[in-house]
Amino acid sequence: MVASILDGIFNGVSIGSILLLAALGLAIVFGLMGVINMAHGELMMLGAYTTFVVQNIFKAIGGPLFEVYIFFALIAAFIVAALVGLLLERGVIRYLYGRPLETLLATWGVSLILQQFVRSVNWVLVFGLLLFCVLYFGGQWVVKRRADFERIKGWSTTLLLFLSGAIALVGGNIVASTYGLAATQPWFGAQNKDVTAPAWLRGGIPIGNYQLPSTRVFIMVLTVLCVLGVYWFLNRTAWGLRIRSVTQNRNMSACLGIPTRTVDALTFALGSGLAGIAGCALSLLGSVGPNTGQNYIVNTFMVVVVGGVGKLVGTIVGAMAIGIADYIVGTGILANLTNIPFLKDFFTFFATTSMAKVMVFALIVVFLQFRPAGMFPQKGRTVDA
Amino acid sequence: MAVDTLVQSRGVDLAKRRSLLIEIAIVAAIALFLIFALPWLISAFRLNLMGRFLALAIVALGIDLIWGFTGLLSLGHGIFFTIGGYALAMHLKLPQPPGSGLPEFMSLYGGTELPWFWRPFYSAPFSLFAIAVIPAVIAGILGYVIFRNRIRGVYFSILTQAATIIFFNFFNGQQKLFNGTNGLTDFRSVFGLPVKDNRTQYILYIVTILFVILAYAVCRWLTSGRFGRLLVAIRDDESRVRFTGYNPTGFKILVFAVSGALAGIAGALYTLQSGIVSPNTMNIAFSIEMVIWVAVGGRATLVGAILGAVLVNLAKSLLSEQFPDFWLFFQGGLFLLVVLLLPSGLIGWLRTSGVDLYKQLTGQTRLSTYPSLEEDPEVEYERKNIGD
Repeated sequence: MVASILDGIFNGVSIGSILLLAALGLAIVFGLMGVINMAHGELMMLGAYTTFVVQNIFKAIGGPLFEVYIFFALIAAFIVAALVGLLLERGVIRYLYGRPLETLLATWGVSLILQQFVRSVNWVLVFGLLLFCVLYFGGQWVVKRRADFERIKGWSTTLLLFLSGAIALVGGNIVASTYGLAATQPWFGAQNKDVTAPAWLRGGIPIGNYQLPSTRVFIMVLTVLCVLGVYWFLNRTAWGLRIRSVTQNRNMSACLGIPTRTVDALTFALGSGLAGIAGCALSLLGSVGPNTGQNYIVNTFMVVVVGGVGKLVGTIVGAMAIGIADYIVGTGILANLTNIPFLKDFFTFFATTSMAKVMVFALIVVFLQFRPAGMFPQKGRTVDA
Repeated sequence: MAVDTLVQSRGVDLAKRRSLLIEIAIVAAIALFLIFALPWLISAFRLNLMGRFLALAIVALGIDLIWGFTGLLSLGHGIFFTIGGYALAMHLKLPQPPGSGLPEFMSLYGGTELPWFWRPFYSAPFSLFAIAVIPAVIAGILGYVIFRNRIRGVYFSILTQAATIIFFNFFNGQQKLFNGTNGLTDFRSVFGLPVKDNRTQYILYIVTILFVILAYAVCRWLTSGRFGRLLVAIRDDESRVRFTGYNPTGFKILVFAVSGALAGIAGALYTLQSGIVSPNTMNIAFSIEMVIWVAVGGRATLVGAILGAVLVNLAKSLLSEQFPDFWLFFQGGLFLLVVLLLPSGLIGWLRTSGVDLYKQLTGQTRLSTYPSLEEDPEVEYERKNIGD
């Protein structure tokens, strides 16, 4: 009885810590910009694939270094995801401020592109993309120098777009036909990839007569470190202060000389980087595929909804609550605890992973009836706070 | 004075009636073309696809009503669409007359007794009724618990999206009740006609067109009067609507329910023409796809919703036949393109820039706000060398 409850809490916290890791970046970005990033799951997926690549590199090097590859993978995943996030913010989201619903649609588009990109990326695609970028942005740069840029902007952009697109297409085809399979073979393909954890992460940590899987403990520690790091960054650094002030009142901050655009870009990169770390952690739990991110986004959104956007602690409590509720309902612990036949049947009906989600959603909706803005809402006096 | 206003209002009335008549004539012409001319031009397979796209256009109308006019981005219309499909499919799967056995899949999973909620579906009128009413009721309940607390904006989208996953899990997990992930398929006859027959499919195609027209008329009626203006007001500034003494909650619930009912009807028509209903249409991607149809056609333009649904799906079926790998790239690009460059959609673009472009091409000069500028040599010089 006590053991089963403890087991429930450990596993629940373990699920919750992954959710927290995934939701942390989302919550910061959502709090700051009111933007829901549908591509957050895909940033996690990129982090997981980065881990896969780093693992392969260290495998090729071999030796004892392989045992610590995970730390390099964490850093690499953070950097890759943060860079992609920065690109996303600069290229797309920047133009959509104040239109959260459109941002949602645009980021969904990005997530579709990223999914397919991971499936079909190969040397030809990379070469073509690079060629296109060099030609198009180089051309833009040249055209922008001209005095009559405003006048020729319309047709020159169109011409550049089509011209560089055509050249990139032809160039890609030439590369594909000269190098053959070496260039056209997809790097990852549509299949799931497996990441081998280092030896010290494969066993378990014995506590009494109970084994705690090391990977889960590792992820919990990682989550705690990330939360502490984010807390420190937000509360003890100059940029953290700026982020908090923009979160509270964007216009006022801008008036006081805080570069809100830079703050946005920085925060988005940070949130994306955290998604990358979450992806790296995910790769330890199971195989990763192009759809990995999709399985997590809805749950992470729920964490943000339940936790509210006012404080970091809301995200933590929200993630833990959802994780524990999910596990306890899903494994039928509740059904075993009751002896009333009707309740027992009721809980048994929900005692599968997918049906537990149904129950948890119902609980979340009931919760929102009492606290519509989540546990720790942003305090303010405006009507549309 | 009184006579004057009377004459004026009659004039307005006449002009309104004339434009309405023109609209009816155009709709009738398009419908007649689709019913009588198109079957000669394309194969039965393509005609069936066209019928499906038109069924999807009905959902798009519903989405336009709730997103384009009311500003609520629902990512849960897949639920209503699929449930409408299930409502009809359950009727078709029940062996008639009542009590003469179970649907095949149930006995396969060891079921011996018909679940209670299957029973009403023996009756055809009930099923037809249920197609629209069950989704509307579900939408109403979901809307009530969300809108009651003034949860809106992105939160509403996230919650509807989560609801999609929940319903997917529910239908996917219940093997015994709904045949799980396989869904209901293999329908024999629909109201006495064999489903797979080309003639039946043609009749269904015509029925779909009639329903599109009906849905269009309903949406047109809803959005043109005071109700429509209220919806737009909710979209543009909900707080102000509340301050002027309206309670937006009821209107939002109502419009969400109507939109859900339209999705249910569409789902039933789609199911008949595709021959299967399964939880797969309740995935997140499909529900968001519906939104992009409306965005491509043009938000808050009902024609745009229909046009967008047909065009995007046409592009999808053509492109994914030719380059299966590139469809997702294309779709993602479409999302970005429409949101960033074409926020008012095709119809919106035609109404603004399209008119200007037409005038430029036909040589009609644009009316200038400041005619004196046109004669100023300095302005002329700057335009020539620097641009407008």
